[in-house]
Amino acid sequence: MGELKVLGGSQSDGFFTTKFEALLAWARKYSLFQYPFATACCGMEFMATAAPRYDIARFGAEAPRFSPRQSDVLWVVGTISQRQGPVLKRIYEQMTEPKWVVAFGTCASCGGFYDNYTTIPGCDKIIPVDVYIPGCPPRPEAVLDALMLLMEKIQKGNREPVTVPPREVPELAKRRAARGGKVQS
Amino acid sequence: MEPADDILECDDEALELPADPMRLNMGPSHPAMHGTIRLVLDLDGETVMNVDVQPGYLHRGFEKSCERGTWGQVFPYTDRLNYVSPMLNNVGFALAAEKLLGIEVPERCQYYRVILGELARITDHFTCNGAAAMELGAFTPFLWLLKVRDWIWDILEKETGARMTHSFGRIGGMAAPPTDGFKDDVRAILPEVEKVVMESERLLLGNRIFLDRMQGVGVLEKERALALGVTGPVLRSTGVAYDVRKDHPYMVYDRFDFEVPVGQDGDNWDRFMVRMEEIRQSLRIIRQALEQMPDDGPIVVDDPRIVLPPKREVYTTIEATIAHFKLVMEGLRCPKGAVYSFTEGGNGELGFYLVSDGSGTPYRVRVRPPCWYNLQAARDMLLGDMVADIVPTFGSVNMIGGECDR
Amino acid sequence: MSAKVVARLESQFGDRILAKSAFRGDEEVTIAPKDWVEVATFLRDDPACAMDHFGDLTAVDWPLREREGQPRFDLVLYVRSTEKRHRIRVKTKVRDGEQPKTLTTVWAGANWAEREIWDMFGIRFDGHKDMRRILLYEEFEGHPLRKDYPIDRAQPLVEYRDVENVTKLPPFGIEEGQPFTRIDWEERLAGHAEPVSPSIAVQTGVRRTLSDSEIAEAAAARVAQEPAADEPSENAS
Repeated sequence: MGELKVLGGSQSDGFFTTKFEALLAWARKYSLFQYPFATACCGMEFMATAAPRYDIARFGAEAPRFSPRQSDVLWVVGTISQRQGPVLKRIYEQMTEPKWVVAFGTCASCGGFYDNYTTIPGCDKIIPVDVYIPGCPPRPEAVLDALMLLMEKIQKGNREPVTVPPREVPELAKRRAARGGKVQS
Repeated sequence: MEPADDILECDDEALELPADPMRLNMGPSHPAMHGTIRLVLDLDGETVMNVDVQPGYLHRGFEKSCERGTWGQVFPYTDRLNYVSPMLNNVGFALAAEKLLGIEVPERCQYYRVILGELARITDHFTCNGAAAMELGAFTPFLWLLKVRDWIWDILEKETGARMTHSFGRIGGMAAPPTDGFKDDVRAILPEVEKVVMESERLLLGNRIFLDRMQGVGVLEKERALALGVTGPVLRSTGVAYDVRKDHPYMVYDRFDFEVPVGQDGDNWDRFMVRMEEIRQSLRIIRQALEQMPDDGPIVVDDPRIVLPPKREVYTTIEATIAHFKLVMEGLRCPKGAVYSFTEGGNGELGFYLVSDGSGTPYRVRVRPPCWYNLQAARDMLLGDMVADIVPTFGSVNMIGGECDR
Repeated sequence: MSAKVVARLESQFGDRILAKSAFRGDEEVTIAPKDWVEVATFLRDDPACAMDHFGDLTAVDWPLREREGQPRFDLVLYVRSTEKRHRIRVKTKVRDGEQPKTLTTVWAGANWAEREIWDMFGIRFDGHKDMRRILLYEEFEGHPLRKDYPIDRAQPLVEYRDVENVTKLPPFGIEEGQPFTRIDWEERLAGHAEPVSPSIAVQTGVRRTLSDSEIAEAAAARVAQEPAADEPSENAS
């Protein structure tokens, strides 16, 4: 983020220089207040992410704010039905800038296998999305990946939508590498 | 005379606050609404005078979607009905389709289904009670109970390959036989689960605030509950000992020794305690099932018209290839007719009314969602209570959007 | 389990029980819509039946039956008795547009079930006090569980964003193998009975393979249709 310069004799007297935007982004990315718009099955995995084993609090993003005006990240967790559409749009409009949106799970990203009369094929038909998490529902590891991707985006000031890439189980990847196969990152 | 005195001298009625009810909208995205539901309340002060419960915000077209695939393709949709206990829905639908076909699965599979189903029921009740406690401000029990859910999900993941949405049921059996260490894994976890039940009860049951907000709040009367079609823990809390597992035993439930916990008052407290006790009964059932379950034997029925052949044979023998092709492309053929099959789901009687026209595609799949009727009774529970009581009452009804709105 | 109830109903109503069956042990009686409430009240109040627990009420759509002059819908009622532990299925056939009497006066639980049937099938109940849609929204036109309602006809309430990279391709086109829907009800109602999806019909010889020009034509027709389907309804908020 910045550069640490040690000017004085002792290590403890140092200071560092940085750009104001970078400092602001750094502060923002470690204190994300979230609005969980949990509608469906993915809410269960969202709860699991908040629970002790995966513990989203490690990333400074555990505090839910149930008022959209106080929150920075809108988690769209689950299927958005046509009836729910206006509600989601209003909540997004009520959030204050800067705001980010994470589409949690297949339904929120593209409608999933609910390809029918009542489901909106992805919440990006209504509001802009920053990070897509594939999975039905995604594992908590993927959710944490998404959170780190979002932090990276905030730091870089990048608003291009990104998708959480698939990952292999480390043991399986090792086994495959031992056989001479290709390893995904 | 002071200016205020002539106010005081007028009759009492003029001092009352205006009698017009206030209309308040709760939901559909509200932290306490436990899913997505909208309540339109008419309030007199803080007392709920009338309430219009509006479900439907998670209507995903389950029944219509089922009418366009094969019978086997319904399983992934059933997973997402009651997504807190998907295995129970898988088993419920598999039993309904098997009733339509007139087949019975091997004994080992029945025990396997019972054990996996009861594990799912435990996670269901843990989630419900944990969330109910959290909504009253008790965050620690929620973390405690979710911790256990993750342990149980580990077992289910090892067995089925997915943490939550397993799609593990098949018509005529299960997708795969139990893994090698299945029984040991389950046996290892049972005492731990019991310990956490004790701990969370110690955390909550001595808490004055928790008691005050649960006891005597959200009362539902017995006759009313029956007329409204309420089932499951909500009905049992009113004193009716109706449990499908006991009253109409399916699979091998008649071989187990377990009790049906009932409440007395039908309030939030009873619903909470009935669920806690059911967790213990489920543990009892699992222990007995583990003892009785055969260690080997087939897990699916021996009928190539119903069950997919093993993958290895599909690649090596022509018979299996043909059977596989027929099942995948044309679908399983169910005889013409209609059946209603019901099981005890996480929230009550989970029924499937299947209509077949003899083709490979379901003509109609109607699910009788227990939540739907339980939620219908929520109006009776809420009337006359305070606004703040809506939160624990809704928590204890355990409305699951996917199942309620389908 | 409930053969006793069927016998009791037969002795009480005689000829008015139009049919009975016990497929796979599910006892079922069929009655006329005019007897609907009377039979229900009898089931509840008769001490030998004592059906105090409301089970379920639903409907089934049979559009092809209409051609034979038969009523289009089946109404299916499930009730059980807590005391006797028996249950029964009661069925009646109603025409499109016919209004059967409400059961809310017999069991309070029929309230939401009937609202759902109105929402999904378009059967109104006579005497029901609150006949609003329950799962869908008031702006929705049509009743989705009718067989002639195409599954993918969405009626959005909010206008979709007009941005690139959010358009979604349909999962399968006519030229891309098997579509997900196995039965085309529009075709079937028009009189072309193809039992399963087009690609299977091709393989089994029921349907000939489409030529390239026909496929291009169908694709063009779909593209022409699409903007119309995406238009928001008038009441968008």
